[in-house]
Parts: sequence; C-alpha cells; structure tokens
Amino acid sequence: MEIEASDFEDYDSHDEGSDVDYDDTAEEDIELSDMVNEKARRKAYEVDFNVLSLSEIVLAQVTASNHISGVLGVSLQQAGALLRAYKWNKERLIEGYMDTPQEILDQAGVVLEEAQALILKPPEGFVCSICFDDSEAGAVLGLRCGHTFCQPCYEYYLTQKIMEEGECRRIFCAESGCSVTLDEQAIANVVPQKVMERYRVLQDRAYVADNGSLRWCPAPNCENAVECRHLHSSFSIIVPTVACACGNNFCFGCGLGDHQPAPCGLVKMWQKKCADDSETANWISANTKECGKCQSTIEKNGGCNHMTCRKCKYEFCWVCMGSWLEHGTSWYNCNRFDDPESTDARDQQAKSRASLERYLHYYNRFANHEQSAKLDQDLYLKTEKKMEEMQRTSELSWIEVQFLKKAVDVLTSCRMTLRWTYAFAFYLTKSNMTELFEDNQRDLEVAVEALSELLEKPIEKEKIAELRQQVLDKAVYVDGRREVVLEDTARGLADGRWEFHTSIETKL
Amino acid sequence: MFARRLSKELKDLAMNPPAGVEVVDANDFKVWKLSLAGAPGTLYEGEKFQLEFNFGPNYPLESPQVLFVGKDVPIHPHIYSNGHICLDVLYNHWSPVQTVASICLSLQSMLSSCTSKERPPDNATYIKTARANPKHTAWAFHDDTV
Repeated sequence: MEIEASDFEDYDSHDEGSDVDYDDTAEEDIELSDMVNEKARRKAYEVDFNVLSLSEIVLAQVTASNHISGVLGVSLQQAGALLRAYKWNKERLIEGYMDTPQEILDQAGVVLEEAQALILKPPEGFVCSICFDDSEAGAVLGLRCGHTFCQPCYEYYLTQKIMEEGECRRIFCAESGCSVTLDEQAIANVVPQKVMERYRVLQDRAYVADNGSLRWCPAPNCENAVECRHLHSSFSIIVPTVACACGNNFCFGCGLGDHQPAPCGLVKMWQKKCADDSETANWISANTKECGKCQSTIEKNGGCNHMTCRKCKYEFCWVCMGSWLEHGTSWYNCNRFDDPESTDARDQQAKSRASLERYLHYYNRFANHEQSAKLDQDLYLKTEKKMEEMQRTSELSWIEVQFLKKAVDVLTSCRMTLRWTYAFAFYLTKSNMTELFEDNQRDLEVAVEALSELLEKPIEKEKIAELRQQVLDKAVYVDGRREVVLEDTARGLADGRWEFHTSIETKL
Repeated sequence: MFARRLSKELKDLAMNPPAGVEVVDANDFKVWKLSLAGAPGTLYEGEKFQLEFNFGPNYPLESPQVLFVGKDVPIHPHIYSNGHICLDVLYNHWSPVQTVASICLSLQSMLSSCTSKERPPDNATYIKTARANPKHTAWAFHDDTV
C-alpha cells in the first residue's frame, strides 16, 4: 500500500498541471469507473444469486440462530424455534420481541425456563390417557403444562408426527387443545436417532420453503438451494433465471425451466392457454355456425348451402345465415350477401378465425423450437459417436473433437430463448418498439437455423479443421444474437417499454 | 398394542356410556357401529342416527374415520348427506387422548347447538366429488358456533 501511495505522489509531482486535490479526484474517478464497470459486467437480463449446498443451508440456520441468540439472550434452540415461527425474518422477530417479548414467546411456544421435558416417576394411580395402561413400571413424560403420558406413547406420538405427518415447525403436547410446544432438545430426548435425522431434514426443507429468498433446485437428485434477493413483486419486470451448481438453469420466480425473455406471469398464462381447451372453443367458433333457431352447433362437411337443422328442422342458408324461405327458388346460390344481419354474423366469424390463426402462428413456432432442440440433441448424440470413431482411427485429439458439444449447448439454449420469444410476442401489443424486437428475433432465428444446418453437414476427415472453425464462429455469433434479444427485452421490461394485451399477474 | 386401549374403551362405553350413545356392533378392533340419539329439548329429539368408526393400525395416534351411515343422516349445516362430518377434532385437531366417547360427546353437542336444520350450502357439489374416506378431504373449519 505504501509503495502504491508514493507512486501516486511521484506521478503527481511529475505532472505539471497537478494540484493537491488531484490525488483525491483521481481516486474517486477510479472508484466511479469501477462501479460503472461492475454494472456493465452484469447484463440487464441477469440477476444476482448464490447457490447453497445442503451443508451451507444448515450453516445458514445456525448462523441466524446464533445471531438471534446473541441479540435476544436466549438459547440457540429457543432462537431457532423463534426464527421458525417468524419464517426466518430476523428483523421482524427482533422488532416484535423488543415490543412484546412474552407474546412472541407464547406464539412460538417457547418457554425460557430450563428442563422443559421432565422425565418423571409415574404418580400414584397414573393411567396413560393414550394407551390406558396403568402399570406403574417405566417412566412418564410431561411438559410444564402438566399433561403426562407414558414414555412409549410419547415416543409413538412424536414418531407419528414426524415420520407420517411430516411436522417439524411446531409439535404440541399430546393433550387435546393444549398449545405447549416441544422444543428440539425435548424431542431428541424421546425419539430414536432415525426419527431425529428425519426431523432435521424436515427442518432444512421448512427453512428453504419458509424463506422467500430461497428455492430448491428442481433438478432430480440435486440437493442445492438457490438464494436470490429480488422481491417477488418485481418478477413482472425481471425474469430471474438462475443457474444451479449442478448445471440446471431455472427460473427463481416459478421454478420452471429457463423461460427468458417472458416473465413468469406471461409464461403461466401461455401454458394455460396451450393446455386448456380455450382453443377448442376457438376452433368451434371458426369452423362451425349456429342454427339460427335452436342454436345447435353445426359443422358443414359438404353439400349445398341449403341447410336443414337436424334437431329443429329449421332451413337456412349457410352463406348468409338467413332463413331459406327468402331465397325462393335460387337453389344453390345466395344473392343476399350484403344483408346487414348476415354481414354481422360473418364478421364475427372472420374475427375469431383470425385470432385462431394468430395463436397458431405463435404456437407452431413455439412448439417447433422445442421439437428442434430435441432433434439437435439426437443429432449430437449420433455425431458424437462418429467423432469418437474418428478419434480412434485418426490422429485427432479428444479436445479437438469437443467443439460440437459446445455448439449444441449454445444451440439448445438459443432455441429455448427463441421459443419463449414467441409466447412473449403473442401477448405483445404492436408498436414501433416491437418492430425492433421482431428484427432481433428474426436475426436470432436465422442465425440459429444456420448453425443447426452446419451441424447437420456430413463430417469428413480432411475438412474437420475447417468445419470446426465454422461451427465455433457461428456459435459465438448465435450466442451474441441471443444476448441482444435478451438484453433488449430485459431493458424493455425494466423500463416499462412493452405493452401487453393482458396484465401480467405477479402473484404465482 | 392399541387393541388394549380399544378393549378398555369398549368396557368404559358399556359401563358408563355418554347420554344417548349405544354400542351396536363392536366385534373387532377395526370397525365399530354406534347409535346416537338426539338429545331431549333439541331439534333432533326423538331421532336416532347410526355412526361408523373405522380404526387404523395407528389409532389412537391417528384419528379414526368417523361418519354417519344408514338412511338417516342428520340434517345439519356441518354434516353432508353422504355422512361426512365437518368437525375439526376428527381431522387436524385430533389428539391421541380423544376417545370414541369424547367424539360422541362432541357430535352430540354439535347437534344440540344447531338452530336450523339444513344441509351445508355446498352439499350438492361436495357429495359428487368427495372420496369415500372423509379424511382425504381438505377441510376448512370456519364456523365455531354450531
């Protein structure tokens, strides 16, 4: 540090225009530019997050309990019980405890006196009210409420609560309506080790579930949780994609796979739209008409325009929807096309057909990219085998044939992004801003397809170096296009630049 | 181990049964049938209902399955026409110190405090979708008056 400081002074003394203040401003400048760099390094579509392993989750609970135990002057276990009752919100707990300590303790079922669970000798004439056993051998257990039960019953009771009901936040005294809670030490004294282990696992789960800034990684067999400190209410303007240490990318807001650039609320609406049969109704309205008299739904599958309803025998014209009587003898054509009533009916149908087509336009592209991503993976598996073989038969090294893996990974993540841009676009109201978005989307799509095509090329031994170069260049370009799309949409969301047809719910 | 408890409960029920309660059939430790008579001076005076208790292997740590059976199911705002009973102590407020007698007493008091004989407002939709075992229903207890 000292050397650095003297360096600065030297620099100052050589600088002719310098004054005493210069040193300070220069330092400030450096700090400022550091901050700017820090901001620039984090892209607009990225969020801050930490990945916590199981041991870190346990540690975080201990740290929080330690802190509370020190501040409030209670034991570690009591601090843990208080925190669990307050869903691990330390600030609220401390605030509440300062105001009304006894109330908070009662609510959490914490008793400050020591030796909560007493192992007693059975009193005279004791009958356990769970098993109705009156033999006076063996110990009985009771909390400060004075309700006592024999030890085997207490053990069965706690085991049932923990193993069957999965309870870990508050376990009450077995007496009906009694609200005295057993603390961790009391439970540990009664139940076997196996049950206690389960109890601890349940507590870790509850810790993550109760804590708004934590979420388990949804990947199978992954035991990590991810911590992200953004408010849930902000998830309508940011898409909090996080990457677990296991390699799984998922959305912190809803737990689904990465769905950038579409916000969670929009994803939920889109999935519901694709899953439920609102589109069946759309199909019906686009492809069928209703009988003018009994309102039965009719699909015309051939024949002339003179319709007779099967149900009510009403005769009408399919073209203008008016009664057939007025058509007189002009049997197979309709010259009443401009009749206002029939014009209305046709307009309605055209509108619903257009909306169906619009939906299908976006849905087909959405589904197509999903399908293509799978095909790309299949292709990769096939190519990988081929590459392995080449590696064995030629002098190429393992590292030289690995470029395909990277390219397919880029391709898959781009297809996932592209896929959600279509759901995003479906809800977007058209404006000048959306044109820019559509241009970016198109550029990404063109680049993705080009890379995909490149990967399908047959691999020849002589040309492998050339192909490798091409694939790597293209992959870098495609990744860049993806970044452009995500950057633009994320900034737009944050600035409120996008307008959607429907309001996005933030509550999930 | 809990056969002992049930045999004691049965003995107690026979010795000093709660008012209006009669054991109809208790030949094993799995299913018991009891009858419950409406208390005098209440809306259910003179009526008699059949109750069925199903005990699981974890009784009394786990609550028994309790429902009204037969053609006479009491008309009450917390009792569905399929015999399911909306009573917290039968589900999440169960405690192992509850007994068949204490359940009967709770039911008796639930009937006695009723002021108008009617079915729950969602009876029609509930009985269409409910499972056979009322413990599989997610009950919401919102009315403490009846």
